[in-house]
Amino acid sequence: MTWSWDVFINVIPIIFKGLWITVGLTIACYLFAMIFGFFWVFMSRIPWRPVNWLFRWIAEFIRSTPPLVQLFFIYYAWPAIPVIGVTLNPFVAAILGLGIHFSTYTSEVYRSGIESVDKGQWEASTALNLSTAQKWRHIILPQAIPPTIPMLGNYLIIMFKEVPLASTIGVVAMLHLANDYGAQYYKYVEPLTVVALFFLLLSYPSALLIGRLEKKYNRRFDKKTATL
Amino acid sequence: MAITEITLMLMRGIKVTLIVLVLSIILSSLIALIAGLSRVYHNKLLTGFTGFYVEIFRGTSLIVQLFWFSYALPGLFNIHLGSDIWVAVLAISLNYGAYMSEIVRGAILSVPQGQTEASIALNLTRFQRMRHIIVPQAIRMMLPEYGNYLIQILKATSLVSLIGLTDLLYYGNIYRSTHLTEAPTVYMIILLLYFLLALPLIGFTRKMEKVAKKGVVHG
Repeated sequence: MTWSWDVFINVIPIIFKGLWITVGLTIACYLFAMIFGFFWVFMSRIPWRPVNWLFRWIAEFIRSTPPLVQLFFIYYAWPAIPVIGVTLNPFVAAILGLGIHFSTYTSEVYRSGIESVDKGQWEASTALNLSTAQKWRHIILPQAIPPTIPMLGNYLIIMFKEVPLASTIGVVAMLHLANDYGAQYYKYVEPLTVVALFFLLLSYPSALLIGRLEKKYNRRFDKKTATL
Repeated sequence: MAITEITLMLMRGIKVTLIVLVLSIILSSLIALIAGLSRVYHNKLLTGFTGFYVEIFRGTSLIVQLFWFSYALPGLFNIHLGSDIWVAVLAISLNYGAYMSEIVRGAILSVPQGQTEASIALNLTRFQRMRHIIVPQAIRMMLPEYGNYLIQILKATSLVSLIGLTDLLYYGNIYRSTHLTEAPTVYMIILLLYFLLALPLIGFTRKMEKVAKKGVVHG
């Protein structure tokens, strides 16, 4: 097997078709993870220890076991569970599987953001007689979320690189197209190289952008502390 | 009983999972140390080369790299490593070595400048300075992040079944394909086994977080 530039040029448009599916799936999984992340934060703030403890361990369990196995669980095992089992299409299974996995990471980001809000802010909102909803909506979250934006951005890039796992349950995105092409013409290296290049093309500039965002936020905080 | 039967079946694969895990941890740590040190070394060529390596491997996806290596090594470069285990170990190690080299670099750069100046004043050679002053202090700072990456490597070992290695997940998939109704039990046991393997790593990470915080003077 030798490297062929003809094959390389030929597969670019084929793989390109899968690029949008990969990007779309990344965004869908990410939105799910962003929203579901609040669920864990909420559960960890219920003022009853056993519930706290239970959900902390469930999150830890999901975070430290392989997303690939979780994907298989949702796609292959879920339909076989009596009563609650339903057959999911690969897209929905991927969004649920990767979304839930990464929600345990986003929840940690939210938690660190919430913990970084000054204690005086909580006390002040209690003193001002704000309701719980008002306190979160107007005081805590507006301060807790913006500093975490670079971290959340990093997770978007990490998730983008985990999305090809979905090809194992039959989502026809870049990696799947590359493997199909390989199986058909017995040319694997060229299509896989194209896939890798597309990943690099999207993730490297995004990483640079997030690096700049990080610097910007840090600078803002530096300024704040300097003028205090 | 089904559970014992499934567990016995899975036990046949745990050896491969553990071998890949241990070898990947060793090799990726070595790569991370070398690449991390190269990036802070004052040599443009070396820094440029390792920077290129790190960006390539961090910018593409591990699963793509794994497939790429398993086809390109024997096909394109005619390199035969004897066993697919080595292909998997190489792909995982190069990938996580790139990520972890960033924590090595970050930790070394975060050692206060005064330490370098003091060791120059004490007339230590550049090697002695790294070996006795900078690295021992940097290692303590990188340990919690390192622990986190060990858990990531454990999770990554589940991918090796995709290139045909007979690991935990491989035997699980075989069992599932013949006992469709038992799929929930099979995957739940696999997840629990991975979690059991992760527990010591989680404990290590928590402990190191405490170690890294203890007795550090910031300035």
